[in-house]
Amino acid sequence: MSENVEEYLEAIYSLNERSELAKNQELSERLKVSPPSVSEMIRKLSEDGLISYEPYKGVVLTGKGMARAQKVVRKHRLLERFLHDRLGLRMDKVHSEACMMEHGLSDEVAAALCDSMNSPKTCPDDAKPIPACTLDVSGCESCKVARQKDEKLHRLVTQLSNLRPGEVGKVAFLRDAGQASQRIMDMGLCLGTPVKVVKSAPFHGPVEVSVRDTTLALGRELADKIYVEVENGIPEPPHPHRPNAVIVK
Amino acid sequence: MSQIDAADSGLRDGKKLTIALAGNANVGKSVIFNQLTGLHQHVGNWPGKTVKRAEGTLSFGGYTIDVVDLPGIYSLSTYSLEEKVSREYIAVEHPDAIINVVDASALERNLFFTVQLLEIEPHLLVALNQMDSAEKKGIRVDEAALSKLLGVPVVPTTATRNEGLQELMVEVIRIHEEGKPSSKPLGFGPEVEAIIDELVCDLGDVNVPYPRLWVAVKLLEGDEELETLVYGQKPTMEHKVVAARRRVEEIHGHDVVSVIASERYAQASRIASQASTHVELRSSAWKRLEEATDHPILGYAIMIAIIVGMFYSIFTFGDYMSKLLGSAFELLRASYYSALGSGPLQGFLWNGLVEGAIAGTSIALPYIVPFFLVLSLLEDSGYLARVAFLMDSLMHRIGLHGKGFIPMMLGFGCNVPACLGCSIMETERERLICAFVSSLVPCAARSIVIMGLVATYLGFGWAVTLYALDFMLIFILGRVAFKVLPGEPMGLIMEMPSYKIPTAKVTGQRTWFRLKDFIVEAFPVIIIGNLVIYVANLVGLLNLIQQAFSPVTVWWLGLPAATGIVLIFGVLRKELTLILLASLMGTTNFALILSPSQMFVFAFVVMIYIPCIATIAVLSKEFGARTAALISLTEIVLAVVLGGIVFRVFLITGIL
Repeated sequence: MSENVEEYLEAIYSLNERSELAKNQELSERLKVSPPSVSEMIRKLSEDGLISYEPYKGVVLTGKGMARAQKVVRKHRLLERFLHDRLGLRMDKVHSEACMMEHGLSDEVAAALCDSMNSPKTCPDDAKPIPACTLDVSGCESCKVARQKDEKLHRLVTQLSNLRPGEVGKVAFLRDAGQASQRIMDMGLCLGTPVKVVKSAPFHGPVEVSVRDTTLALGRELADKIYVEVENGIPEPPHPHRPNAVIVK
Repeated sequence: MSQIDAADSGLRDGKKLTIALAGNANVGKSVIFNQLTGLHQHVGNWPGKTVKRAEGTLSFGGYTIDVVDLPGIYSLSTYSLEEKVSREYIAVEHPDAIINVVDASALERNLFFTVQLLEIEPHLLVALNQMDSAEKKGIRVDEAALSKLLGVPVVPTTATRNEGLQELMVEVIRIHEEGKPSSKPLGFGPEVEAIIDELVCDLGDVNVPYPRLWVAVKLLEGDEELETLVYGQKPTMEHKVVAARRRVEEIHGHDVVSVIASERYAQASRIASQASTHVELRSSAWKRLEEATDHPILGYAIMIAIIVGMFYSIFTFGDYMSKLLGSAFELLRASYYSALGSGPLQGFLWNGLVEGAIAGTSIALPYIVPFFLVLSLLEDSGYLARVAFLMDSLMHRIGLHGKGFIPMMLGFGCNVPACLGCSIMETERERLICAFVSSLVPCAARSIVIMGLVATYLGFGWAVTLYALDFMLIFILGRVAFKVLPGEPMGLIMEMPSYKIPTAKVTGQRTWFRLKDFIVEAFPVIIIGNLVIYVANLVGLLNLIQQAFSPVTVWWLGLPAATGIVLIFGVLRKELTLILLASLMGTTNFALILSPSQMFVFAFVVMIYIPCIATIAVLSKEFGARTAALISLTEIVLAVVLGGIVFRVFLITGIL
């Protein structure tokens, strides 16, 4: 994934985070690129199924786009924490530094960073939440083991509630579902099961999903606890200096 | 079903069988139950539980067959009371056969439950139901293949048309007479299976009422009930179970609960795909209707139209019928007195005993009958689930999920079925919050007071203000209850059934059973309550009470002293307050006896001051007398405190 795409997804993420659609104009200002190039990029991202474009309203991330955006935003905000808390950088510097470092940070180091700082919940400058880790762990104790399993580290995972109507994901794990997890699985949403989002009710209402030939309504707070894999884990881009990197010609 | 002639031979031979119906919700289980038992059924509660227990009998092939309709559940864990009750019943009471009703159009999810039923090793039969809707979805199920794969008899049925039920009963009797061994579990993957086998060995001579294999699986899953049962007898089991759990987790990389659920689903999925074929059909008109009714904008518009239309027609019809019945009973009363004379005994008989039944019939039933009918129609068609879906986010604000809207809607007709309807919520906590807020919903009787007094004399706007105040109160109290009551809030997980056209028989039966419930619960209370107050009035107790109440009614609420008595009678039925006020004051022109602000305050107090006696009775039956008393007390205090405040606001501002 190119840096450029990551920057766009990040920008769209932070606009969507405030529950707004990202408009061409705002993206152009935020990323300091001309409106025509923004339009061009939007077209490309839309073709790749990372965003969904509503004419005259703006763009919103799809589940697939969200999974990628969460990954890079997580790295960015973890880095900000690290630079500020551990290295003592000035608050006004952490953002731009993190911006440069985030694209080169591997998934494994990001997980280790999170673990070493006792999984911080928010970033330091504007207290925005750090997107949750996508490792299937019950707590930080098992982080170390989990992050060494390579195939699970790179998969693209996001909450079921982030999927747009029509999108399909495979149940990866449930987090903090408590008593409800039994029920969720009883209704057919167990690990590895493909789930298709049919509809999302407005006003933060429930999500209608289709699973195993049946249609279920899932409260939003439950859909937030179900993590789905939106596509197979793509290995990180090879780099000549990275250990174990295999460069495919 | 040839019940009548079979009945005789069954009684003669004295041969008895007990069978239970088990299955997911919305699979047509209760339709099968109703078709089998007809009117020979009664609904009670499971001992000590708030879960409904429906039982009935039929006579067939020389047997008297007792049928128990178990609650609709998806699993045999102890997630909900329904699941607990069902598994205890199946394992401990050993019915002669369990009929697992399976929805042919959602085979995989339904077979997940079948797989679990097989684990408790009952005499299992599968009724492959809703074959018609499966065909419409392009699903064909090969019942012979299914029977072979599951190792149990499978009978295809379409219960709504009474098809296949005869064959089902023949099969039940055949199993019984041939003395077939109980069904066998399908097993798990080799690794899990080996670990379970070890646990079974370790169990040794532990005394449990369930099959050992099932106990081992449940221990592995961390079932609290079985843990206490087993560890109590054999404390050494605990570390063995923990070790076994860790081994499963090491092998599969996930927690045991997920692994076991996945393996069960893998079985269900394998069987479903081997026994059925699925052709994708072109999207039908039904599909488009589903699209429209779940639509973010159109869906709400349709819902509002349906609800408004429903209430409008129910109230128009109810009002008409109520007046018609009222005048009919008036004639009856006149002829009663002219025939028997108007002595004190005749007066006592009529006012003390008959009046209660009449009021229940003429005031409550005209609204409740059409309400139940429409509700059953909405439920059978599958629309009610859509309402729950659309209302989920709003209901969350009062700490409930979308399903809670359904009993609240019932509450507009009558609070009694509303409180009974709260059993659709999964946990005791949700049920209680739901019943509490439902008891504050303005029922038909309260609407009569609001409409008859406030809307008539002050204008429609003031009536709407009252409703708005009530909804605000429901909202605030719901939130308070949500915060105060201990426990984990439950999210919405609900199946969205496909739409279907309700059949007259099924809907008729459902309406009738609801109505019967209401009559059985409410009528005795209405009649007895009426009698008690009548007697209290005769011995002069009411006047004393009125005087004792006057500081509250006159000084604090600014109402005429007579309202003290009226409010006491109102506990019986709220619309009585208005009727009685008219008769005490000797006029039906309320403008002569109440000032505009008094009207508003009076209607406000009537609206919330206490659930009516029938509702209190239901509350105490479902949640215990203490809770019912607490809810009543809360509402009395609220009505009095807020009523006084409203009165003073009017006094100071002079709006009314």
